[in-house]
Amino acid sequence: MSRILTFAQAISEGMAQEMERDDRVFLMGEDVGRYGGIFGTDVGLYDKFGPDRVIDTPISESAFIGAGTGAAMEGLRPIVELMFVDFFGVAMDQIFNQMAKNTYMSGGRNSVPMVLRTAIGGGYGDAAQHSQILYSLFAHVPGIKVVVPSTPYDAKGLMISAIRDDNPVMFFEHKLLAGLDWLPFGVKGEVPEESYTVPIGKAEIKRTGKDLTIVTASLMVHRALAAAEKLSSEGIEAEIIDLRSLVPLDKETILTSVAKTHRLLIVDEDYLSYGMSGEIAAVVAEEGLYDLEAPVKRLAVPDVPIPFSHPMEDFVLPNEKKIAAAAKDLLKA
Amino acid sequence: MAKLTQEKLLKMYSQMVLIRQFEARIEGIYGKGAIPGEMHLSIGQEAIAVGVCTNLRADDAATSTHRAHNHLIAKGVDLKKMAAELFGRETGLCKGKGGHMHLFDPSIKFGCGGIVGAGMPLAVGSGLAFKRKGLDSVSVVFFGEGAANQGTFHESLNLAALWKLPVIFVCEDNHYGISVTKEMSTAVKSNADRALSYGIPGISADGNDVVEVYNVAEAAVARARKGEGPSLIELQTYRLKGHFEGDPEVYKPKAEQEEALQHEPIVRLEKILLAEYGVSQEELTEIKEARQVEIEEAIKFAESSPWPKPEEALEDVFVAGGAF
Repeated sequence: MSRILTFAQAISEGMAQEMERDDRVFLMGEDVGRYGGIFGTDVGLYDKFGPDRVIDTPISESAFIGAGTGAAMEGLRPIVELMFVDFFGVAMDQIFNQMAKNTYMSGGRNSVPMVLRTAIGGGYGDAAQHSQILYSLFAHVPGIKVVVPSTPYDAKGLMISAIRDDNPVMFFEHKLLAGLDWLPFGVKGEVPEESYTVPIGKAEIKRTGKDLTIVTASLMVHRALAAAEKLSSEGIEAEIIDLRSLVPLDKETILTSVAKTHRLLIVDEDYLSYGMSGEIAAVVAEEGLYDLEAPVKRLAVPDVPIPFSHPMEDFVLPNEKKIAAAAKDLLKA
Repeated sequence: MAKLTQEKLLKMYSQMVLIRQFEARIEGIYGKGAIPGEMHLSIGQEAIAVGVCTNLRADDAATSTHRAHNHLIAKGVDLKKMAAELFGRETGLCKGKGGHMHLFDPSIKFGCGGIVGAGMPLAVGSGLAFKRKGLDSVSVVFFGEGAANQGTFHESLNLAALWKLPVIFVCEDNHYGISVTKEMSTAVKSNADRALSYGIPGISADGNDVVEVYNVAEAAVARARKGEGPSLIELQTYRLKGHFEGDPEVYKPKAEQEEALQHEPIVRLEKILLAEYGVSQEELTEIKEARQVEIEEAIKFAESSPWPKPEEALEDVFVAGGAF
């Protein structure tokens, strides 16, 4: 049986079902308990599972992310919440040097079955230290699986997969997808009541089209779908790929689509340089260059911190209009 | 406090000798270039490792630093696998992927790493796991006095105290963070005083007296096992060698080093064994010789072990599977 849930409710339900199934699973982070998570993703868990399994932590990201790693190495399956991805800096060593590397450094004799969830994205005036995406930073470091859902269905199914995975998985939740009153946008969608998994490392074609391929993730999937409708009314059919995972990356789906459409636009809400958009472009350059009939095009934040004031924030973030314009440019090329 | 039995003390002596002689052997090999990377020796700091770890069981966790040989041996590692890891061989603890600074042995719940202060949150995590599982296992974390100025020290103490976790924080005060002395780096005289801020016991003791180390660790371990929460122990010692092999040590006063040699832990323990326990010099020599045989076997095992295949570098970034 499916019902309509918000993105945040779907995440909460995925965690709740895994906590019921496996008593090794617990959640810890800032304001995850009585508050229910700043972005509503943990609502109901505290009432259901109590303070012993839904643990409010002090504002000590190094200590509680590291404690998640230590507990995972002892066989528990912690879900740790980093409130905003922007706060990673205070705990970077625990993420990059401990969580990500202990498996490899031990020759695979230790494992770290842990989920590190975090909220990402701008578009609501929260400025430079609360609006970043940054998933590319974590995808760059070997040893972290990187999951970026765009719909409630995928959020629940990928959350369950992430919790069951024996490796560290970072789970990036766009704030504008959450579906909260105080934030714009928000997505709702059909979510089955029962438990199910969505495989990590598998992209999804959200819309088929013959004229160009748009590769994107998270909130930008929705922006790209809206742009595609507009383009369609002008006779341009875009194929939209929702990456869903950056690590492992589903190269096959990207390359197969590019072989069909011969044109590639990458839309990324992260910074332009040295990031996801460059990585996808490199994959296609290395393995699909002769399928291209035009140079690859990238649309991303132009290497500036996210500004506060709306006119400037709108200027730097990709949106429906910019995606449609970039697609048209690409077809002219 | 009850006097330790001769048997127990000789066992600790034997472990300290094993550490000292193993490291002396490694020092020679490293000097000839057979071991890659950096080499941080714990010579002079054996009593802390042995005094603490003699109180531990295999199911207790220990987390250590870049200077970890003493703790790993005291925790009961298979010396052959340890030596093979230092040599970068396939038979090593981590199949040659960790090396001297990143030694992991899940069979005795041991791990260490090269980032100063980074082990403390991990130890809080294993303590949290033990508590959640309802076990009476404890988690010990060794760190230097330099690491006590990292944010992780304070965050971890607070978290462990707040959640009453079975974690024992062992500050190995060897007086130097590379060249910077404790006086140059630390606003308080004793790091044990910092325990006050977190409402937990803070004990300062002589880290070169293995009996004293054993006794303070015993109390802290007992407290943790009973579910009464963490302790912070500061143990005074001295780094007899450089920060790493090759350190010119221009910053160390000669008189200070000579003075330190008078108080080094193995000589001190020998005096006690000879004077108070009636152990003979011959018995001590026998112990040293027996341990040297083990060391030579371990080195031989390491040297004759195969190198990993180069392409094995691509394995173990992730483990396969999960709880599906």
